[in-house]
Amino acid sequence: MEFPEGLKYTKEHEWVLVEDRTATIGITEYAQQELGDIVYVELPEVGEKIVKDDPFGAVESVKAVSDIYAPVSGTVIEVNDTLPDSPETINDDAYGDGWMIRVEMSDADDLKDLMSAEEYAEYVDQQKDEGDEGGEESGEEEE
Amino acid sequence: MVEFAGWEMPVQYRGVIEEHLAVRRRAGLFDVSHMGEVEVSGAGALDLCQTLTANDVARVQVGQAQYNLLLNESGGAVDDIVVYRLESDHFLICVNAANTDKDFQWIRGRSEGKAEVRDTSSRYVQLALQGPLAEQILQPLTGLALGQIKPFHFSFGEVSGARCLVARTGYTGEDGFELYCDPERGEALWNSLMEAGRDGGLQPAGLGARDTLRLEKAYPLYGHELDDTTTPLEAGLEWVTRLSKVCFLGREALVRQKREGVARRLVGLEMTAPGIARADYPILKEGEPIGRVTSGTRSPTLEKSIALGYVSAAEAVVGNGVEVEIRGRRVAARLVALPFYRREGAGKTS
Repeated sequence: MEFPEGLKYTKEHEWVLVEDRTATIGITEYAQQELGDIVYVELPEVGEKIVKDDPFGAVESVKAVSDIYAPVSGTVIEVNDTLPDSPETINDDAYGDGWMIRVEMSDADDLKDLMSAEEYAEYVDQQKDEGDEGGEESGEEEE
Repeated sequence: MVEFAGWEMPVQYRGVIEEHLAVRRRAGLFDVSHMGEVEVSGAGALDLCQTLTANDVARVQVGQAQYNLLLNESGGAVDDIVVYRLESDHFLICVNAANTDKDFQWIRGRSEGKAEVRDTSSRYVQLALQGPLAEQILQPLTGLALGQIKPFHFSFGEVSGARCLVARTGYTGEDGFELYCDPERGEALWNSLMEAGRDGGLQPAGLGARDTLRLEKAYPLYGHELDDTTTPLEAGLEWVTRLSKVCFLGREALVRQKREGVARRLVGLEMTAPGIARADYPILKEGEPIGRVTSGTRSPTLEKSIALGYVSAAEAVVGNGVEVEIRGRRVAARLVALPFYRREGAGKTS
């Protein structure tokens, strides 16, 4: 699985590309693989403020909905308008055309908590091990 | 893999949508060995089944299967089940995995020594071969004349050398078979079926596709559309409920409910604005809550957002425009007729 070097990562499996005060945000290859076929995306609008560690949107697979958490605080300056019509782009190209929003950061210190590609790769390995041992989801459904 | 009622289950192999469409267009193979089996036998077996279920088991011939419900005294669903009549006084009841022990205790606790009740879940592997190509894929592996097995009927025979109960049943809305066999033979049977179906495009399918397939067909899932507090009259399962049957647990409550009218009904919803309704989301009419979603997804076949849910009986009218509250937003939806999906030509065989 690929985790590009130039990006920063969160424990909730978002990635951030930082260029000056602008942060481009999406979800990682690991996240899209875990979700499976993505069929719906809910994103904020340009001008909205997002707050670090709060949900700013959601992605839905056929099976379930997952919140997307803001890796940094700031104001949304651009939204990937192609995603509502073709959410599967996130499965196909999580780090490229599957980007979600661009944000003007309000506090560069927010970046300090984020993981490097190497740290994130290690973190994902841990998650996978835990998943193999017990199953990371417990089936609340009965069938 | 996820844990599910104590079983390690594949949610998906190659992707829910791909597996779902394979079942609709060609065929899919599911390992549904997690389903429980309870066997009831002996002189009092029929009476016990009749007393504990809503449908009329006396109408089921040997070699036939029946969709049915175990009800409690209030008419609520203990479980939804399929009853196979193996012999005149021997029934195999296929139950939901998470309910296996509950159902077993429920039935045994009411047998009054007149029938033998056994939990035989560990004796069966259950594979479901579902899709328009199911018969074509299965036929070369068995001496049984599959064309003679009508929907909701079964035969015993060998499939690839493994003795199986071969039933024309399923939970996908497609033609297909469910095979019950000795767990020792399960893996070989799976491999033989996959091999036999390779040229036809057979795909392994997981729990994810099983859920979207059943939802398109509006089959209830216990824990969502059904539970101990929902009655068959509310759940659109009146056809399973033979109130003319003299005596069964829950009958009085249902007769009363039928006379007084139900307060809520299970309905189909189609979202008319972008969004996916999920279990437990509130359903509103002009801002007022009228019910809750029980299951919802993006339908891979119809490419629409569909959902099942309970709404107050007065609002349960096809065409009614409502709203579903999705994470604080009110999103437009309307009530539609069920099922959402019906296979072509289904009228001929079922």
